[in-house]
Amino acid sequence: MEPEAIHELTAAYALNALDPGEEEAYEEHLRRCDHCRAELAELQDAAAALAFAAEGPAPPPALRERILERAAAERPNVVPLTSRRRWVAPAFGAVAAVAAGVAIGIGVWASSLHGSLDTQKRLAESQAQVIALFSGRVQQVPVEGADGTLVVDRKGAGALVLSGLAPAPAGKTYEAWVIVGGEARPAGTFEGGGDTSVHRLTRPVPPGAVVALTVEPDGGVEQPTTTPFASTPAI
Amino acid sequence: MAKDLAHLSDEALVALVVRSDHVALAELYDRYGRLAYNLAYRILRDQALAEDAVQEAFLAVWRSAQRFLPERSKASTWILTLVHRRAVDLVRREERRRADTLDESYEAADRSTEETAWLRLERERVQAALRRLPDQQREALELAYYGGFTQSELAERLGQPLGTIKSRMFAGLARLRELLQEAAVEEHPWSPRQSTS
Repeated sequence: MEPEAIHELTAAYALNALDPGEEEAYEEHLRRCDHCRAELAELQDAAAALAFAAEGPAPPPALRERILERAAAERPNVVPLTSRRRWVAPAFGAVAAVAAGVAIGIGVWASSLHGSLDTQKRLAESQAQVIALFSGRVQQVPVEGADGTLVVDRKGAGALVLSGLAPAPAGKTYEAWVIVGGEARPAGTFEGGGDTSVHRLTRPVPPGAVVALTVEPDGGVEQPTTTPFASTPAI
Repeated sequence: MAKDLAHLSDEALVALVVRSDHVALAELYDRYGRLAYNLAYRILRDQALAEDAVQEAFLAVWRSAQRFLPERSKASTWILTLVHRRAVDLVRREERRRADTLDESYEAADRSTEETAWLRLERERVQAALRRLPDQQREALELAYYGGFTQSELAERLGQPLGTIKSRMFAGLARLRELLQEAAVEEHPWSPRQSTS
């Protein structure tokens, strides 16, 4: 096949309608062609929409069980799910911080087939990023004063997931702090802006610590110069 | 327990599946299992074959989740593409009689069973967009997608040059995408979806 013609196969590939023998050549081409990869992603989204158009019967309940049994047989659950609840001091509002195995819930992150694709995609990527950052059990704690969550694992590694944080004013930056026994230590700076952002803290978060955010001069400072505008309850 | 994951994104669930999280797989099935089965049944018109296709697809999700890249595509697209591919492979291998059009009636045991509002809404939206496509583009998409025909089979069946079929497929998908994005702009902020099964 002429090289130019291979780009024309993208739509058929998205529909799984390539002729036998063409799939391999096209997939090989995909590895080297950014344009086709980008185009394929868009066309596959449209093709997947076609799945919604057909009505049909409900699957038998046994199908679900069979799938889950087979999956379990191939790979048992590596990280056990447990549920350990910790209740926040009333001063921060009665929101429960739930340590729930490897599950992380951050607001409403369900992705929509037809929602603003870019925004939903970025939210979803951020959430996946956070999960990938941590191994083992994590704890999630709401950030009061900003729309977001602090995620901390058992070793104290932490990340802030913040949604819709306005960009820091010119000449200023956001700074995170880990506060232990009344003493604040710097834990990273960031600019804000964007829909959702994930920020690893540059120092561990021990039990009993509080994480807070302030606005500081560009470059960050060693001690907070302003009152935190957001903070978490004690971990 | 599964309800703890109800507000996670599909992509987050796939990331959890990489870590062998059964509950995450179950949640993905609860979201897309019915849709997957509908699609497979539409293509295969046989309950046992449709179940096979769905089972293989979700096991493929379980086994290859680490290859899914959220920055490249949506998890729902990935899952539905896996289902579609398996169903099409089966319909060709089993030489089943192929679906002709979307409107073709089928022997539905219980069409109306507990279909969620979300699923119904999405279906109506896509059906409305499909109706707005030029007939030839819609025909090419439906025959390829639900009938499992290859582009050459389509060319022969419709008595058209292969190039024409390729153009219709491309234009149809591109236009469908545009129409769905237009519809999205008008919609309200998203609310948590319920399971589809």
